[in-house]
Amino acid sequence: MSAVVLRRIGYTVFMAVVLAFFAIPMLWLASAPFDSRPGVGLRWPDWTLDNVRSTFDHPYALGSLLNSLILCVLATAVTAVFATLAAYALSRTHIPGRDVLLYVLLLLSSVVTGTAAMVPIFIMMKQLGLINSYYGTALVMAAGMLPAAIFILKDFVDSVPRSYEESARVFGASPGQVLRHVVLPVARPGIATILVWSFVQAWGNFLLPFLLLRDVETQPGAVLLQTMRDEGGAANLTVIPVFSLLYSLPVIALYLFVSKRYGFRFHGGIKA
Amino acid sequence: MAEIVLTGLSTVYPNGVRAVDALDATIADGEFFALLGPSGCGKTTLLRTIAGLEPASAGTVSIGGRDVTGMEPGRRRVAMVFQDYALFPHMTVAENIAYPLRVRRAPKSQQREVAERTAGDLGLAGLLERRPGQLSGGQQQRVALARAMAMEADVLLLDEPLSNLDARLRLEARTFLKRLQRELGMTTVFVTHDQAEALALADRIAVMEAGQIRQVGSPRTVFQHPNSTFVANFIGSTPMNLLPGEVRSGTVQVAGAKLAEADLPDGTPLVVGIRPEYLHLGDDGIPGTVSIVENLGISSLVTLECADGTLVGVTVPEHEEPRVGARFGAAPHPGRLLLYGEDGNLMP
Repeated sequence: MSAVVLRRIGYTVFMAVVLAFFAIPMLWLASAPFDSRPGVGLRWPDWTLDNVRSTFDHPYALGSLLNSLILCVLATAVTAVFATLAAYALSRTHIPGRDVLLYVLLLLSSVVTGTAAMVPIFIMMKQLGLINSYYGTALVMAAGMLPAAIFILKDFVDSVPRSYEESARVFGASPGQVLRHVVLPVARPGIATILVWSFVQAWGNFLLPFLLLRDVETQPGAVLLQTMRDEGGAANLTVIPVFSLLYSLPVIALYLFVSKRYGFRFHGGIKA
Repeated sequence: MAEIVLTGLSTVYPNGVRAVDALDATIADGEFFALLGPSGCGKTTLLRTIAGLEPASAGTVSIGGRDVTGMEPGRRRVAMVFQDYALFPHMTVAENIAYPLRVRRAPKSQQREVAERTAGDLGLAGLLERRPGQLSGGQQQRVALARAMAMEADVLLLDEPLSNLDARLRLEARTFLKRLQRELGMTTVFVTHDQAEALALADRIAVMEAGQIRQVGSPRTVFQHPNSTFVANFIGSTPMNLLPGEVRSGTVQVAGAKLAEADLPDGTPLVVGIRPEYLHLGDDGIPGTVSIVENLGISSLVTLECADGTLVGVTVPEHEEPRVGARFGAAPHPGRLLLYGEDGNLMP
């Protein structure tokens, strides 16, 4: 009897610790921005909006969020468009060695934008004159995300029955019409997944923009965050909490929007 | 008006499989034509080649006098209903039905009008704003048919039209389909592996095996005079008896019983084909012992076991079932005996 009670107590304590581990940073993010003396600890805030004001007065804070947005929209758009077209083509045609190609791409994608490739990428971008360019940085980010995006989307398109397209073709639809009327709408949940996934990946990416966007005017939020220090070199705790909160809002908003719109549901081939 | 002529048509897949093999056929205008065969016989590939979804490797397809062999599917004036119906899940019933018009960029008002009229004809009037996922199997099939009709094509192709419906609905849909085809008067080709479906619906049936047509004829011809043991085996809900026999002094003998006169040399080996429905139990005929009685509802299938181990199926009306173990003879109705040579082909 006591063994069972002990086990239950142990289990409850363990769960509480795990929960606290994940909940405390969230609670900090909710309370610290509105505390008059924010610290790294968690406490009931002494309500004030001064931190918000000083963050808005920060010369680069809001600009960096806009930079993040531009960078992510570019990278996400490039990834989604190319991944959709490539996944559709790879799913519907039979090229010898197609699956091997996909696996190799997937494997190499971690190398392409991985730490090991940073020096060559930096030199290449410098020679191309694309340092401090959103377009250049977004392209490199998209290149890194494309293999995984193609892989995920191809699997999705594979599960869409071909008879939809064949049916449209019999009714006289051109390849463009088949794509617009049938393939894109049917693959929409898959494309939505890729949009969210690549946006979140790009939003949180630190290393690439840190190396390729040298000018503080062009830096996105992820990079700016680590430069927020006061004169003594300590973390600037009046700005960081509010900035962190602002920084996490677009991702939450995107998730809520897509979840409401598409529900991340699965359109399978199972007969209902 | 829209006769389909296939000449020397072959479809070979990239992996070398000859799904359709040098096939010739003519499907008359307005005919309801069945392609019947076991799975893998090439019947669906043949249908898809007519539609243009598979490229022909050799030979020609012509529809209504036009050679369409190299033509895109959309330009052949052919409508097709797929086995899974392929209704676009993101479009309403009305949008689905009007899709062939949308492709042609017909005005919205005309699309709506055609969708309403066609849906009305097929008893779908109240369902125009639903999505395919909210319809029953039978309704989905009718939407697929309506969409094919809205195309106003010359030829209608149906791939296993009844296979996705449950048994009771299938009978209903069969009657509906036959009436619809008659009213439209449209040349219609359908694929099925169910011989009962082919017999019930088609004006003519082509029985296929290994990419070739084994026999073409009316349901009556194919049922009563199958030209080979393959067709004989395939057609009929109870399989035809195919019994080893031989010719002795001008008569055909099976398991020691004389069945018919034959103008053939003595000792000719042959296969005697006779449907269980065309045999009756009595004192004459092929002698055997009743070993199994299977109830088929209005009749029963009796299996007689002969002395040499040959099994003979006989259909008997209800209330006339014999007792298991009783001895009977199975005598053929006059003129129903079919003789096949060793090669499996019907003897003249």
